[in-house]
Amino acid sequence: MGQKKERPLSPHLTIYRPQITSVLSISHRATGVFLFLGSFVLIWGMVLDIYGCDCIFPLFHTSIGQLALFAWSFFLFYHLCNGIRHLFWDAGKGFEIHQVTASGILVLFASTILTLISWAIAFHYIEVIL
Amino acid sequence: MSFKSPLKTVKGLGSSHHGTQHWWAQRLTAVALIPLSLWFMVIALRSMQSSEALVMSLQSPMNTVLMIVFLGTVLYHGTLGIQVVIEDYVHNQTQKTVLLVLTQYASILTAVAGIVAVVTFHISHLTVGV
Repeated sequence: MGQKKERPLSPHLTIYRPQITSVLSISHRATGVFLFLGSFVLIWGMVLDIYGCDCIFPLFHTSIGQLALFAWSFFLFYHLCNGIRHLFWDAGKGFEIHQVTASGILVLFASTILTLISWAIAFHYIEVIL
Repeated sequence: MSFKSPLKTVKGLGSSHHGTQHWWAQRLTAVALIPLSLWFMVIALRSMQSSEALVMSLQSPMNTVLMIVFLGTVLYHGTLGIQVVIEDYVHNQTQKTVLLVLTQYASILTAVAGIVAVVTFHISHLTVGV
């Protein structure tokens, strides 16, 4: 009792080589936390704006603000696409390692394309009737 | 391969005593957020193209309803997600409970504030049909 035994440990997180599976997994969580906190900024910004204090939205018109919005939109599309990937897993599909890798790459590709299309529309580089 | 457990024989709701309620609510909100977040990006892109676009968007009753549903669903989905993150990483029981309660209070406060603002905005910009 009380004597600490030297038991074998499973490899620590810091020892594992980052892989597309693990990196995308933690990114889903990280973007989720960011989007949740970001929704507070957007909603309170909107509340303040509607009640007369235009305090938060002008920040988005600065170059840093635009950069933040760009990253923000990518995080949203990433979380959206990877969330759909998760729903497929929930349905019991796509668990083979080659499928997991392929769907991961597809998610990165799709979220990048969606982000670029969105900003092309926002800056009138392409005209789409919204 | 089947992942089904002999659910018929399970009488209790597991050690957390609420079964799959959290998991199911997170999936339902996730599915709802697929079209809702795409719709939101359209509104966001429109308002980046012109500042009057957001006013016009929120004059529409359909967009107002969707915005309210979006706000509520995002915050509900986010609260469920943050709950898992807090439960995973915060090991001090007091800190964990405080953070969980604060997250839920903050989400509900933000949702109500956001909904009141959207409704106020909609009514104040209501153009009565001639």
